Amino acid sequence: MGDPMRIRAQAAGSNATVRVLMAHEMETGQRKDAAGKTIPAWHITNVSATHNGKPVLSAEWGPAVAKNPFLQFTVKGAKAGDKIAVSWKDNKGDTRTDEATVT
Amino acid sequence: MPTRRKALQHSATVASLLAVTGLFPGIALAFNAKAFEAKNLGDALKALGAGAPVESKDVTVTGPDIAENGAVVPLGASTTLAGVKQLLILVEKNPNALVAMFNVTDSVDANIATRAKMGQSSDVYAVAVLADGRALFARKEVKVTLGGCGG
Repeated sequence: MGDPMRIRAQAAGSNATVRVLMAHEMETGQRKDAAGKTIPAWHITNVSATHNGKPVLSAEWGPAVAKNPFLQFTVKGAKAGDKIAVSWKDNKGDTRTDEATVT
Repeated sequence: MPTRRKALQHSATVASLLAVTGLFPGIALAFNAKAFEAKNLGDALKALGAGAPVESKDVTVTGPDIAENGAVVPLGASTTLAGVKQLLILVEKNPNALVAMFNVTDSVDANIATRAKMGQSSDVYAVAVLADGRALFARKEVKVTLGGCGG
């Protein structure tokens, strides 16, 4: 269970723009440590988002997504008070889900 | 010798078998490792079962002309087309070309932004895969002053 995500969901017209900042190291598996050993890949592999419980977006990520990943998407038909939940799972099996309300 | 079609069908079966239920209710949780290990655009699309990519004005890739820090490059993919199944972001010269793959539903705009690592100045591709399997892309060159792979 990583650190909490920051999710901001703002209604704009009939849609809501969702911005998520996740806390994750996103190790590519290309770096070497001081001793010369390769630091193993450790990154988010799957992300999913729901709007009032209904899946609206899913994603598969490779290690090239930047550290502390940022994600922005727009949910159609979302209005103030709706719930947006974002979940991620990484290649070690760790997962995290956070929720926000559309403002 | 298995034909490509058999190989694709096989990997699709394996991918669906790998789908984990319960944690993300309603969403199959597969991870297409083959696509993420592909070294170039064509191979990544083949691994995803999409057709040969065609450049299109209806797909847009957004990103800076010059990225100060290759570890955090804001990149976006969007399209005005209907019937989009997936949006992909690829960086040609990265060790593995595919950065991210988004499964788009009717409930979201086909417009995604994220931040990626770029190892060096390279072309960035945004690909929209339509429901009929056609892959349309847009390309943009992004120069990187400090590479982001840590090497």
